[in-house]
Amino acid sequence: MAKLNLKSMKKSTKDHIITFAMVIVVYIIVQTMITTGNMSSLMQGLLVPMCTYSIVAIGLNLCVGYLGELSIGHAGFMCVGAFSSAFCTKLLQDSIQNEVILFLIAIAVGTVAAAFFGFLIGIPVLRLRGDYLAIVTLAFGEIIKNVINVLYIAKDENGFHFAISDGNKIELSEDGIWLINGAKGIAKIPHLSSFTAGVIMILVILFIVYNFVNSRTGRAVMAIRDNRIAAESVGINITKFKLMAFTISAAIAGAGGVLYAHNLSTVTATPTNFGYNMSIMILVFVVLGGMGSFRGSIIAAVILTLLPEVLRGLKDYRMLIYSIVLIVMMLFNWAPKCIEMRQRIAAKFKKSAKKEAA
Amino acid sequence: MKKAVSMFLAAALAVGTFAGCGSSADTGSTGSAASTESGSTDSAADGSVFKIGGIGPTTGAAAIYGSAVMNAAQIAVDEINEAGGINGYQVEFKAEDDQSDAEKSVNAYNSLKDWGMQVLMGTVTTTPCIAVADKTAEDGMFEITPSASSTDVIENDNVFQACFTDPNLGTASAQYIGENKLATKVAVIYDSSDVYSSGIEATFVKEAANQGFEVVAEEAFTADSKTDFSTQLQKAQSEGADLVFLPIYYTEASIILNQANGMGYEPTFFGCDGMDGILDVKNFDTSLAEGLMLLTPFVADADDEKTQAFVSKYKELYGDTPNQFGADAYDAIYAIKAAIEEAGVTPDMSVSDIGTALTEAMTKISVDGLTGDGMTWEATGEVSKAPKAMVIKDGAYTAM
Amino acid sequence: MNFLSYLINGISLGSVYAIIALGYTMVYGIAKMLNFAHGDVIMVGCYIVFMTMSGQGWGAVPAVVLSIIVCTVLGIVIEKIAYKPLRKATPLAVLITAIGVSYFLENAALLIFGADTRSFTNVVTLPALKLAGGALTISGTTIVTFLACVVIMAALMLFIKKTKAGQAMLAVSEDKDAAQLMGVNVNATISLTFAIGSGLAAVAGVLFCSAYPTLTPYTGAMPGIKAFTAAVFGGIGSIPGALIGGILLGVIEILGRAYISSQLSDAIVFAVLIIVLLVKPSGILGKQVHEKV
Repeated sequence: MAKLNLKSMKKSTKDHIITFAMVIVVYIIVQTMITTGNMSSLMQGLLVPMCTYSIVAIGLNLCVGYLGELSIGHAGFMCVGAFSSAFCTKLLQDSIQNEVILFLIAIAVGTVAAAFFGFLIGIPVLRLRGDYLAIVTLAFGEIIKNVINVLYIAKDENGFHFAISDGNKIELSEDGIWLINGAKGIAKIPHLSSFTAGVIMILVILFIVYNFVNSRTGRAVMAIRDNRIAAESVGINITKFKLMAFTISAAIAGAGGVLYAHNLSTVTATPTNFGYNMSIMILVFVVLGGMGSFRGSIIAAVILTLLPEVLRGLKDYRMLIYSIVLIVMMLFNWAPKCIEMRQRIAAKFKKSAKKEAA
Repeated sequence: MKKAVSMFLAAALAVGTFAGCGSSADTGSTGSAASTESGSTDSAADGSVFKIGGIGPTTGAAAIYGSAVMNAAQIAVDEINEAGGINGYQVEFKAEDDQSDAEKSVNAYNSLKDWGMQVLMGTVTTTPCIAVADKTAEDGMFEITPSASSTDVIENDNVFQACFTDPNLGTASAQYIGENKLATKVAVIYDSSDVYSSGIEATFVKEAANQGFEVVAEEAFTADSKTDFSTQLQKAQSEGADLVFLPIYYTEASIILNQANGMGYEPTFFGCDGMDGILDVKNFDTSLAEGLMLLTPFVADADDEKTQAFVSKYKELYGDTPNQFGADAYDAIYAIKAAIEEAGVTPDMSVSDIGTALTEAMTKISVDGLTGDGMTWEATGEVSKAPKAMVIKDGAYTAM
Repeated sequence: MNFLSYLINGISLGSVYAIIALGYTMVYGIAKMLNFAHGDVIMVGCYIVFMTMSGQGWGAVPAVVLSIIVCTVLGIVIEKIAYKPLRKATPLAVLITAIGVSYFLENAALLIFGADTRSFTNVVTLPALKLAGGALTISGTTIVTFLACVVIMAALMLFIKKTKAGQAMLAVSEDKDAAQLMGVNVNATISLTFAIGSGLAAVAGVLFCSAYPTLTPYTGAMPGIKAFTAAVFGGIGSIPGALIGGILLGVIEILGRAYISSQLSDAIVFAVLIIVLLVKPSGILGKQVHEKV
């Protein structure tokens, strides 16, 4: 009977419930495994990164899947979120003892900072038509990385010291601390991220994005994606809605950055963690998981974060195997011939299942 | 269609997790297989072998450094085992890749922990090392890094360095140039996106003020634009610099030497330990490096027996000439050996007990290694050894 | 005088970007995909020249010819295996497989050739041109790269204008479906584009490594992304645009480094890119596509 109930439910609602249930069930399983000591250190260490990438992938999916705009600079927003929040927690960690409050402030700061940059980029770019957002976000990611590497901010009893490109200009007293130290980035960040925090963030973000895409605004955004001219002709303010969706998307990436920064004790802006390679990796999660499917993004992010770690046994071959798996997965998921083949097999399964039921 | 995709992904996830369990079980069994080989019938958990883990980039843009470290460490471990191990216990070494990324480095660390690592020789690069040092402090694991040279790395008590610190090298270089009156006008070309390079640069410039020369140009490049150095060289030339300080790695330095030659600019070039290896870049025209000076603890064609034995073994096994990274890693392994012997720890002790004992022993030992004789360690984690000034003459390193 | 020599440095760097950008822009124009593996095909081409010249003692010409052949074949194979099955899928899917191919080539090269740096032998033996009594030097490599760029550009434009296959490319780039209806073999045309693009990558790689003589498995990654930026600068899809975009990018990078800040040269380049795109969204020589309702 319960099944019937599910069936009579609205399709989208059912879809959302499945996603929430999936996250919660995985969380419960993982927690039981940890408490019973059945989980390896490697897996435990991977839990927070998985949450981080799931969050950023959800953010990018909103942009790519629902807004229909390609962004290859989401790592830049992550970077903004990571640095602004780590800066803030380093500054406040002495005055605020409660870790939960400190982390909430960090999330707020990181999200707002990333949203601000998203908004700033969105204003001029989203007026244009075509793939420009992709290139401008790519450029933004590279700029932010470059700028952070020459930024020096320190604090001592004389107040704040600030320098660009030359850290020697700052004469710091004995017990002063570096907040941002050029290429060294921010060090000694309090360890605030945890798997529980990550899962709560995922659930909250899922709640926000599901509500967003099913709201009037969300439908307007999708209308723009499907047919801009038709949407415009029915009086939808294109730029406004695009900007709104893009800003939210950037903010979510920023939240991912907050989780990233507070998981490791140090954060630096290097090409491997906040460069275009990372942006593209996140795009891979989104495309592989299915554009417009937040659940897919989470699953893809989890699998692809796990994969290279699981392949560690293969030594030097692991990145090679990883790249092959990536290509094969893409072909399997997207090539028309593979889709056809999959459908045939699925149909067979259904048939035999029905026979058995009968 | 969407459903099919998500179904597939869910299936893949399931496979992924199973594979995860499978592989961790695998490593467990290989671990025990290896220890069976080394003469014990039980699994490694009973503490019949010392398990040393190594973390460094063996893929990615910094792979050249990580591979050198892992290869050299393996040589040192094999030597130790042949000679009867440490206090009679055999040593196992396992290397994990971190692609020089902090997050992946922590993953590598966790993976080595699952393997049963007791002592960490790593990580090779600075930023990942800071992240991992945080984890080793939590677990009380003893850590010695072969080449992460920032002072931030050794803030925790349990972490030691086998290499010089960046401030050390920067100051030493400036003093050397000043004392020997090598130049009056100096230009610096450095990698502003790299911790090692920008760390040396900062202290070099600071110390230069106390020495009798002037820094006329500080020119940077970044990881994203390290192909063309003509502008930096041109600026140095037009400012009249007669010495160019290059606190960078030899890959970029080889281009700089090439381009300076093309421009007809012939200052003295002066490098640090990252410059070691430049003569072994395959197909490199070594005449370009003529007159290049460098402060380094290690040169591959030194005359002493130890270096020669190491270099010939490295060449035989890996077909390359080892660089300073490898030498530091080799010494790091021997430092671990010395510390274990000093502390008298046994493999069946817990990781944190071994860690505490080794941390204490570290300040008491003295190691004669490839990168210096009588190396000792401060409680801060810094090594004391003297960099040697070398100059390249007739295509070979010569002591100055 | 300093300014002039900075300018010359900028042009030499720019002409290297331009020659790589030609391959990007051509593939984008016709297949509408960003071939992120292009930079890595360049790397493969370089290793082949390196191996044959310093390993086997071959001359420069046969080495380069072999490299072009291998890269062309490689391009065709990559296209057949990884891109062709996805022709009807979303362009994003192909972008991702391109990334996969790029990782594959880098890691395969890492396994085959090892991580260590190699110094590339300059294949250009032309002497440097000295102007103004030796105060200005233009290296032989720069002259050859620039000339190669112009010749290739002209040849490509002639090819597209004058030959049947070229016209087919133009038709496919305008409208795939209409071209098919007109009897153009779309698949073959796209494969041909990849073949030409990969052959060009070999030439670009040799010139790139001659100018900046180090070679590692990751040599292709960064110039690849810079060249892509150059292609966007000039108007992606436009062949003369790649030349202009490449040279402008090189000049801006060098002048920014010389006169503003050597630490922030990347930021300067990308900031200029953003400004150019805001003023002229389709790039300097890009066509403004009019929408049909």
